[in-house]
Amino acid sequence: MDAFINLGITLLLLVTAYFTGTHLERRHFDAIRRREEALLRLPAITIRRLPPGTQVMAASLVSGNVVVSLDYFKRFLAGLRAIVGGRIKAYEPLLDRARREAMLRMRERAQAAGYDMVINVRLETSRLANTDGGRRTAGVEILAFGTALKTAGAGQDTPHS
Amino acid sequence: MHNMILSNTEEVPGRRIVEFYGVATGSTVRAKHFGRDFMASLKNIVGGELKGYTELLQEARQEATERMVQQAHSMGANAVVNVRYSTSSVAQGAAELFAYGTAVKVE
Repeated sequence: MDAFINLGITLLLLVTAYFTGTHLERRHFDAIRRREEALLRLPAITIRRLPPGTQVMAASLVSGNVVVSLDYFKRFLAGLRAIVGGRIKAYEPLLDRARREAMLRMRERAQAAGYDMVINVRLETSRLANTDGGRRTAGVEILAFGTALKTAGAGQDTPHS
Repeated sequence: MHNMILSNTEEVPGRRIVEFYGVATGSTVRAKHFGRDFMASLKNIVGGELKGYTELLQEARQEATERMVQQAHSMGANAVVNVRYSTSSVAQGAAELFAYGTAVKVE
């Protein structure tokens, strides 16, 4: 009897996680695309040096972070995949949206502070250990940071908009 | 917070470095909060962002950065260049957030 209840709970969790997780993921990707489009005029590059001739008025460190975790259903799939090895597709969109989200937060902060580009962007990934001492991770943190710049002449190329 | 210019490039773009003071560091060790942990474990079912942890780490990193700035200030610097961050789990459920960079004086 207990076994049936346990199985029932697991199945319920799997189904809930599948539907909510998939729905939330789709909604997040839509939001990411919209915000990325809105920030097209604020480039973030991994190059350290400025394009020659750029006149910098101000510089400041900016960062954005996000902690994400897989839903129960995808963790279950990933666990199965770990038995035979190979590519775990469930993790790829999760890390993709986390990195894009962290980058967006960094760029949005730069924009809010009046900067118009971010150079020397770095992305770091770290795993948060769980308090229960198990092997399971509590989540993965993505940190994006870079140097935001206010450049002379920025924005002057769009006098009509 | 002192008026300090921070950058993760080797110099402050658009400014000239006139003096180097050495490495400035700042760190903080944080443990997860029980309430946040509980919410996070619920959120773990549906996946996605664990906002409590995002904020926790952001605040901790902010504090590490402020300590680094404090140290740079006491050295006489007005900028910290080549800033790096590092995160390491020092114990179960605890993480160290570390910020370091080179304290300099710019024109």
